[in-house]
Amino acid sequence: MEKLPTTHMTASAGNTAASTRYHNNFLKEVEANVEDGQWVKMCMQCGVCAGSCPLGPHWEHTPQKLFMMIRAGKREEVLKSDSMWMCTSCYNCMARCPRKLPITHIVHGLAAYAHQVGLARKKQSTRFFSVLFWNNCVKTGRLNELKLTMGLYFKDGFMAGLKQAWVMRDSGRQLMMAKRLNPFELFGGHRCKDAKGITAMLKAARQIEEQQRRAAS
Amino acid sequence: MADNKFAAYLCAGCGLGDVLDIDGLEKIAKREGKMQVVKHHDFLCSAAGVQMIRDDIANEGISHLMIGACSRRAKTEAFNFPGVSMARANLREGVIWIVAEGAAHDEVRQEMADDYVRMGCAELKKMLLPAGSTERGTNKRILVVGGGVSGLTAAIEAAETGYQVVLVEKSSALGGWATKLWKRVPYQHPYAEPQTTGIEELIARVNLHPAISVHLNATLAETAGAPGRFAVKIAQESGTVVQEMVGAIIQASGFSSYDMARLPELGAGLPGVVDQAGLEALAQAARGGAIQRADGQVVQSVVFVQCAGQRDATGAHLSYCSGHCCATSVKQAMYFKDANPDIDTVVLYTDLRLPGMSEDFYRSAQRKGVTFTKGKVSQVKAQGTGCAVDFRDLILDEDATVNADLVVLATGQVPNSGVNIDLSEDQQPEVKPVSILNLTYRQGKDLPQLKAGLTDSHFICFPYETRRTGIYAAGPVRRPMDMQQATDDATGAALKAIQVVENAMLGRAAHPRSGDLSYPIVRLEGCTQCKRCTVECPFGAIDEDERRFPVFNESRCRRCGTCMGACPVRVISFENYSVDTVGSQIKSLDMPDEFSERPRILLLACENDAYPALDMAGLSRTVYSAFVRAIPVRCLGSVNTIWITDALNSGWDGVMMMGCKKGDDYQCHFVKGSELAHYRMSKIDDTLKGMGLEPERVASYEVAITDHQRVAALINDYAEKIKELGMSPMKGFN
Repeated sequence: MEKLPTTHMTASAGNTAASTRYHNNFLKEVEANVEDGQWVKMCMQCGVCAGSCPLGPHWEHTPQKLFMMIRAGKREEVLKSDSMWMCTSCYNCMARCPRKLPITHIVHGLAAYAHQVGLARKKQSTRFFSVLFWNNCVKTGRLNELKLTMGLYFKDGFMAGLKQAWVMRDSGRQLMMAKRLNPFELFGGHRCKDAKGITAMLKAARQIEEQQRRAAS
Repeated sequence: MADNKFAAYLCAGCGLGDVLDIDGLEKIAKREGKMQVVKHHDFLCSAAGVQMIRDDIANEGISHLMIGACSRRAKTEAFNFPGVSMARANLREGVIWIVAEGAAHDEVRQEMADDYVRMGCAELKKMLLPAGSTERGTNKRILVVGGGVSGLTAAIEAAETGYQVVLVEKSSALGGWATKLWKRVPYQHPYAEPQTTGIEELIARVNLHPAISVHLNATLAETAGAPGRFAVKIAQESGTVVQEMVGAIIQASGFSSYDMARLPELGAGLPGVVDQAGLEALAQAARGGAIQRADGQVVQSVVFVQCAGQRDATGAHLSYCSGHCCATSVKQAMYFKDANPDIDTVVLYTDLRLPGMSEDFYRSAQRKGVTFTKGKVSQVKAQGTGCAVDFRDLILDEDATVNADLVVLATGQVPNSGVNIDLSEDQQPEVKPVSILNLTYRQGKDLPQLKAGLTDSHFICFPYETRRTGIYAAGPVRRPMDMQQATDDATGAALKAIQVVENAMLGRAAHPRSGDLSYPIVRLEGCTQCKRCTVECPFGAIDEDERRFPVFNESRCRRCGTCMGACPVRVISFENYSVDTVGSQIKSLDMPDEFSERPRILLLACENDAYPALDMAGLSRTVYSAFVRAIPVRCLGSVNTIWITDALNSGWDGVMMMGCKKGDDYQCHFVKGSELAHYRMSKIDDTLKGMGLEPERVASYEVAITDHQRVAALINDYAEKIKELGMSPMKGFN
């Protein structure tokens, strides 16, 4: 893929005051912090991505609009948007983009950055699931399905969780009989063979990411 | 006439011999057509067939040939016999390919072929061999008006092709707008960075070229004459007037920037607002360093407003797109980004128009961090020391404001086209424009304008060719354009100028009938001084003398025959195309009687578009009514109403006329011919009433060259209509 220069960063990055709307500040912040963010400026606003997205009508903003909003300096609106959490990674937009923007990657990058700076919506369901999934598997190095399921059941409160469990009781019993569900997994659960190795790997990955970010800015 | 010998040659190839009675055709050519030699050949366009004709010309002294074979537009290289007059009967595309197959149609098919042979012979009898105009050019020098990129390029191209050039420039220096630019939009790979203009080198080449003489501080006081012999008076700054003889003129008078003062809502007059030309001045002053405003303020943020006073539907400003401004703004945004990548540059556009390689330039600007925003600007106002630009963001669909130290308005080009000769004296604007050419033509001082003040006759089909033969418009005076396009334009106009001087030296037509030796001949003793020919000539070729008789400037003439069509007393003709060559064809038919149920429809078809469309209908074997008889005409404008009345008087049941598209977006090859013809025909109803005929007996159509299916449908619909109307009551009176 083509190597792109990063838009020059100034001290005032991130400032979205009305006087700097449409200036490059937020674009520079995105370029410095978001995976493939330096591609945002290459969007030519043709709208092919917006028309190609199978979930398009269900997003707040299409990729085309997200990219325009970044250039317009609308930091809060972009990072609080539910759009990047709705992406199913079908890659339709990326396959069709006439400017060859890695749209799917940028959208995922935006999601990660919104999460990182704490602006992503807490109750957004796919984001909630993602956080639950991640925290679940980094702890032991393997996914604890029972805990993940319970986490989802009880996300809207204790009573709601019990109700959901009651609805699903037959499925649960059958899974237990087929030895696909062990209730004792709720207490600790078992780990992967080299949980320490996983932790070390994730730490190294985070370091590489940090290095790249510093290099980009 | 004693020396004339007429011959008819009929072809039996391409299936003609299979479905037509060639012997019968030969008899008609002999008995009715009065051809002295009549022969047929199984493959007339073959080497043997052509040799047979050549031998007869050499041995038998044939002076006039009638070839009954394919369309006159086919096999033109085989059937090329210099020194003899030739008529063609279109038996292939016009008969056997368009009449339904089968024995049931044998009779109508043969009748159609018979008639075309009769018509070909009748036309031939009235034809003379064109001798070429005696009004020959005397001078091949080329005058270039304007010393900008277009003028300089035209001068150098003509000079390097071997022609003497006189260049007249109004100002004190050559170079024009290009000298005012800091850099130009790239014209070479990789189309990513602004390039130096190169104008100094071009000026030096012109100054050093021995074939080019340059007049600075000079204007044209008078332009008289015609292609090949224009007499031009050049007024010098000192007050002296020099007369030069030239063969052709290239007008490259360029453009002025649209007056920014007319855009107060876009902040004209504020210290932080300039137009694109103003920014070039600031960039030239900065010489690649930090660009400052005229008041010295350093620019940290800049907004470009595209289409300022352009593409305006209200009529208050320019109606058109100037084409270059998007690329120019991209270039100017790079001036800032290249000096300091921290400067915020925003281009506000409604449609970014970057054709061709400009797309790469656009991408390069995006890479540099120029922000492009689709938005419609409503207002630019002062804000602190800078400006605030209010606009509607058309992607986010919301009102927004962007602040900037400097706002650049893309205001567009206004052509320097002189006086609008189509306006009457009291319609002229308050500030009267200064004439550029000061022509002595009766039609006015300057070139006619096509639209929006642009001096051309057709932007796409015949660029550079103005409606004044021998005078060519090049560069932004013709249509808005950038330097690269102006360079191409000037080269094209130089070629046109060369074409016209060379043809004028030989007494031939320049274009579009390049090389045509026929020219309008007028019998002045019959002229009633009605002035219709002088007024209707689309090309200003005809002046008047002191007794108000028309004076034909033959080398200005395009040979369309619009004058011939206009003349109420029919005193204008061409040697090989006249009221008689067509009129005799109309009268040559074997007209079936009123009870035969076989109507005859005359189709006068423009040879430029309608006749090729008919040929293509034949080529695609599209069947149309066999009752139609088509006669090609040079232009529908050359159709004289006498042909219509003669046809109806001799019993034709209907007359169809097919010409090119008329009006503002015309496709007529002679600009006004089709329009004039349609206008004339709109007045023919009274004549028809006087004859006791229905108005539907005459119908005119606009046809494009691609309409091959449509022409067949039009003919069939019209034949149906004639069937409803019934046969003409005029039959049998002749």
